[in-house]
This record gives sequence, structure tokens and C-alpha cells, in this order.
Amino acid sequence: MKILMLGWELPPHNSGGLGVACYHMSKALAVNGADIDFVVPYEAEHPSVDFMRIHSATSVFPLERYGMGAYDSNMLLERNLSEADANDLKDMRGVQKRYVEFVENLVKTVKPEAIHAHDWLTMEAGVRAKQLTNAPLIVHVHATEFDRSGELNGNPVVHEIEQQALLMADRIIAVSNITKSIIVHRYNIPADKVEVVYNAIDTTSFDPYDYDYQTYRYLEALKHEGYTVAATVTRFTVQKGLTHFVRAAARACEKYDKLVFLLAGDGEQRDELIQLGADLGISDKLFFTGFVRGKKWRDSYSVADIFVMSSVSEPFGLTALEAAHHDSALMISKQSGVGEVLKNIYRFDFWDVDTLADQLIAIASSPSLARELRQNVKKEYDTISWNDVAHQCLDIYTKMKNGAIV
Amino acid sequence: MKSIVLYLQVHQPYRLRPYTVFETGEAHDYFTNPVYETDANNEFIFQKVADKSYRPMNALLLKLLNDHPEFKLSLSISGVFLEQAQQWAPDVIDSFRQLVATGRVELLSETYYHSLAFFYDRREFEQQVQLHRDKIREVFGVETKVFRNTELAYNDEVGQWAEANGFAGVLAEGWDPILEWRSPNYVYRPQNTTNTGLLLKNYQLSDDIAFRFSDQAWTEWPLKTDKYRTWVADALAGNNQLVNLFMDYETFGEHQWKDTGIFDFFEDFVASYDNDSEISFATTSEALAIHQPVGELPVAHTTTWADSERDLSAWTGNNLQQEALKYLYAMQNDVLRSGDAGLIADWRKLQTSDHVYYMSTKWLKDGDVHAYFSPYDSPYDAFLYFMNVIRDLRWRVMQHHHIGGLHG
Repeated sequence: MKILMLGWELPPHNSGGLGVACYHMSKALAVNGADIDFVVPYEAEHPSVDFMRIHSATSVFPLERYGMGAYDSNMLLERNLSEADANDLKDMRGVQKRYVEFVENLVKTVKPEAIHAHDWLTMEAGVRAKQLTNAPLIVHVHATEFDRSGELNGNPVVHEIEQQALLMADRIIAVSNITKSIIVHRYNIPADKVEVVYNAIDTTSFDPYDYDYQTYRYLEALKHEGYTVAATVTRFTVQKGLTHFVRAAARACEKYDKLVFLLAGDGEQRDELIQLGADLGISDKLFFTGFVRGKKWRDSYSVADIFVMSSVSEPFGLTALEAAHHDSALMISKQSGVGEVLKNIYRFDFWDVDTLADQLIAIASSPSLARELRQNVKKEYDTISWNDVAHQCLDIYTKMKNGAIV
Repeated sequence: MKSIVLYLQVHQPYRLRPYTVFETGEAHDYFTNPVYETDANNEFIFQKVADKSYRPMNALLLKLLNDHPEFKLSLSISGVFLEQAQQWAPDVIDSFRQLVATGRVELLSETYYHSLAFFYDRREFEQQVQLHRDKIREVFGVETKVFRNTELAYNDEVGQWAEANGFAGVLAEGWDPILEWRSPNYVYRPQNTTNTGLLLKNYQLSDDIAFRFSDQAWTEWPLKTDKYRTWVADALAGNNQLVNLFMDYETFGEHQWKDTGIFDFFEDFVASYDNDSEISFATTSEALAIHQPVGELPVAHTTTWADSERDLSAWTGNNLQQEALKYLYAMQNDVLRSGDAGLIADWRKLQTSDHVYYMSTKWLKDGDVHAYFSPYDSPYDAFLYFMNVIRDLRWRVMQHHHIGGLHG
């Protein structure tokens, strides 16, 4: 089956989970017989991709200017695509316009049986391809503008693009029930048009790896003294709910002293979090690493006893599965989709600082509880595979192709 | 005879390099930046300031002392400055020695580490004053007689401490709220003392040189010697005894660059008092000997010479600074009882007031000054590096005592 896949990034040129999900999903689809043309907005080598054709919509170097914009839509200029300058590739709208033009040309030669567009960045191109080819459009929602903007409404232009594409789509895939609920309630899309397909984790894609005790030598020494390390590995944006995490850290330390907190990553909220830590008088409990990648990134998971995902709104949250793979006990906010597929975890409302603090203390003060959580969650995520995701996608393609009424 | 008392502060901190959590427990070289040409490299900055300020200004001062027998001044040189000069610029040490050798340059007493220890631990503070006294004796062969606390931080207790420890006088900011109706141009006596004097900075005249000299938006720009002499004369009118011009040494050549004309101005200004029958230069000790205190001056709340508040808020005003200082002084006993000279010295270098100054989050005009002096991108970076170093000190303390006791 010929699939036109419209994406924004692929590893190793990804700035986050969207690229990882697209990669594994496409790979599993290819294994199951799909013939995929995958469009990205930049030009670069993808050494690990030999299972599909990658098309570059522009010759811009990946992430050169607009890369982080995949997640941060605040910077977007409010205007229609028709007003955007396709020659201005430092502007997100300019790149998107070029992307649409590229897809218009591509479908003259490539005749897809289904179009699969990922997130708002490629939705306009997806709608255009559907108009030109009459192939069914599947819109895959990894995150909505409501998620990206935390508790705010976000950028109205982005919201409008999402709204139009969700209406035009023949079928919508949401990465969790939380996301489905947002699509249904905030965008007024009929619930039976939306299907939930959870992301998976491909642990075989992790290179063989030995945890390096020297990376976090000080934290290791603290652990040796009986401290518990609670970590989060994320972008420091309002979406991630980290101020609640820091407040809970302070609450927990009032009752149980042998806790420290690793905040791995960077982002616009960093200074605010540092300030909050100082205001709460727990600066020496908080460890800020700055942006981590590669070995240091994996060591951040490995040094952690507890992984906390405090997101205000997290459509899925692949990092939680990565953390589970690296032997952490998981604490996941009820507003994070990944929590729907795991049972052996603690859950809390992102704003419920007291409960979060309670759970931190419970795990930190009970080695057997921590061990149970770690071991059991590992068995759970092992059963979630990208192969299942591919089968669910293929089912949807086939139904759409056959003109199924949904 | 009325006096012009010129005092210049000579100081360079040991700045921390960007020191991350990944180095904590691994590397202990916080003050050594592997990259040379950066504002967080102490040697680089020292050489830069030496070329712009210490070398040309000391040459000028020596010339003025040789040419004008009436010229005198006082210097306060921090211990951490002397260490760095000895390490990287022995010629700068020699040039200071030549100044002191004229007998007309008085060296003041301060804390070796340019710290605010007075407000945190009296015993630690006294040790640092003693270390400084020893260092001055070792390098220059002279004794200190007048005390100035870091950043001119002063309150009644500082004055009383100075008297109890045999100092002839103390320096402070002549800040209006403490002076009320009084003039800064007299010698005062610290509250409840009998034997020690208080010299108050005339901040108007001092800052005309230190801050405003090259400010082209200033209505008095450009400042010429004749005009400035008139202001000094006005300040000394009537019964006024003296004018205290207190400022950073680095005003000359670093804060105010050579091309602003600061050196020429200073040379003219000093020369213009040759054979003056009413006004002459005096060191702090001389001024205290010549002029009788006119009365006690109570200073209940600590004043300093910084920012528009003239209090300690530039160093202890926000939670980042208070956190940093809390953790720093909390380790005092464990550090000192280790007996490890290197560890103790590193811990004391962290007490240098500049570190918390870099963490200031004040905005507006004061914030600009803070940013000018900071080697870091933001106060939050300064804080993170400092916290990571604190943790490494804890690590070293633990290694030393072979017992637990690490904190987060």
C-alpha cells in the first residue's frame, strides 16, 4: 500500500518525541508491507532510514532556524499561508508554504492510497494533497495547540489550522484518550471519527550502553548515603508543569530530607525554576544540568530512582517509557497520556502538590515499593510494540481506502 | 589646614568558571578557566585590567608622588588581589611597593577575601582581617591602622569593633539618611566609642569622578579640573574639615577608559594643589590625627557604597543570594576543622562579595552596573555555578572526614 507520510522531523534531526514516533511508526509500517514516501521540511542525511523514500521540501539545514518551532508556536506570525513568503525560510510560515508547494508537485508523480499527516505543522499540506489526489487523509495528532501552550489557549492561527484539518480529515488518530478528549471537546469533532493509537517504545533501538557512574558522581555519592534521586528529563516549558514539581519537592523535603531532584534539560522556564527553588529554600536539593544529549541524556535516566512527569497536558509522553526502560519508578500526572497504558505507576493531578509530595516520600522511604514499581512497569512497556501501532494504522488505511463509513 | 582624603580600593575576585553538576565531585579547579580569552578567566581579566589600569595608574601615581611632595593617598588592597598579582603580574606588586615606599601611601585594613563575613561570623571575619594584616606586612612591610569593611559596609557594631581592635578609624558611606542634617565633610565618632574616628565618603564628589566622569549625558560633562576644584572648595567652605574621595582604583583606566581623559584630569587635579595654603592631601591616618571628631554618628542599619539603596541588598537582597550564603556559611565548622589549607582557602574565596553580587536580579540602573561587572550571562548562571561548587566543597569535606554528611 502506498502511503504519503507528511512529517516535520526524523532522527537524528529531531528536537523531540515527534520525530522518534514518526521514525518507528514508519519503520514498523514498512516491515508490514507499506510503501512510504516521507516528506521532511529540511535536507539532511538519515543514515538509519533505508525502508522508505525521504523527500526534502527545502534545502535548509535541519533545525537551522525553525527547528525548535516545532514545539513552540508562540513565535509564529499570525497570517494565512497565502500571505507567507515561500522564500523566507527563516520564517516558519515560509517553510510551511514551501512544504505545501513541494507536496503539490510530489503528488503529480506519487499517487498515494492514503495520506498520513503528523501534527499542525504538516496539516495544511495534508489537506492540499487530499484535494489533489482524492486519497483519504489521516491526521495524526501527537499534540494540540492546547497542550503546547500549557493552560493557555495558544496561538489562534495554529488553532485554526488544526481546526480546519481535523474537519477535513477522513480519520483522526490521537495518541491517547486525553488527546482524543481535547479533539472532541475543544475542536468539536465527533468522537467516532477519532481513534486512539498509543505510541510504543523500541528498546532495541537503544544502543548497547553501560551506565557511567562518573557522569553524576555527586548524585551517586548521595545515593550511597541513602538519598533518593527524583528526576525529570524534559524541556522547561509551561506545558511540563515543572513549577508544581519544584513545589512538591519542597513539600516532600519538609517531611523527608533524603531526597534530591534532578532537572535535566533546558528551556524558557529555567530561570523561573531556579528562582522558585531559592524562594522555597531548597536550592541545594535541585540539580540543573542544562541541555543533555547522548550518553549524558541516558545517564540522567539511569541515575534517577524516580522519574516524574508533571505535565499539565501531555498527549503521550514517550520519555516515561524511556525512563522505565532505564529502571526508574514512574510518577505520571493524570494529564499525561502515557499513564493510560501503564498500571504499575503512581498518578497525580499535575496541580496536586501534596499528593505528588506524598508519593515521592512513599517511594523514597520504601525500597521494596520502589523495586516493585520499577520491575513491574518494565514488564508492562515491553508488551507495547510499534508493530501493534503499524497494524492499527494499516487497518485504518485499508478501511479508508475501501470507503468505509465511519 | 583642610584635607582631601583620597582612598582607592584595589580588588579582583577569583571568579568561578562555568562549573557544572557533571564536574561536581570530579574537578576542584573552580577558579581556573581552561579558556583564556573569556570574562570568566581570572588571569585574562587580571592582565587586561593591569594593562588598562594598574600599570598606567601606578606609574602616574609614582610620578605624582615624586613631583608633588604634598600629594598623599590611601589604598586598600584585598588579599585575593595580591595573590593574583603575585601569580600573574609581579611587576604590579613591585609598582605598589614603590608607592608605599614613598611613605605617603597608607594601606588600609580589610578582610583578606573581600568578604561580608562581619555579618555572618565574627570569628571568621577576624581571622580574615588577621590574614590580611599578615599579607600586607609580608608584601609591603607596613602595619595597617585604619579599617574599611568590604563594600564600605558599616554600622555601629563595625565602628565599635574597630575601636576594640585598636584601629584609629573606620571608613563608611556618607549617605544622607544616616547623616540627616549633617555634612559628610567632618570627622565623626562611631556611636559609643571614645577613641576611633569615622570618615564618610562624599559620594557626590566621589561619584562625579567614579561614575559620571565620562557620561556625556551629564550636564557637567566634560569635567575639568577648575570646575571640580570649585566644588571641592565649596564642600570645604566654613568649618568643614575634609573631603573624602573614596572610589574603586579601577575607576582610572578601567571603569573610565584612558581616552575619556581620566588620567589627565587626575594629574591636573593633584598638581593644582601645589603650594595651596588652605587645602592639602592627607592619608586617612593623618586626617584622623589632624581633625577632631565633631560628634558621634549613630548608624543602626548597615550602609554600603553600592546601588541606590546604599545597603547590603546588592549582595543579600534576593533569595538566590541568601540561599548561596546560607549554604556557604553552614559548612564553616566542617571546613575549618578539616585543617586542609587548600579546602579552607577555596571556601574563603567563595566568600568574596563579588560572587553574590553577580547573582543580583535588580533591574534598571543598578542592574546595568551589576551586568557590567558580571562574567556570566545571567544571575541564574552565577547561582548554578556557585551551588555546584558548594556541593563539591561538601564532597571534599566528606572525603576529608571520612564520614557521611553530604547534603543535596
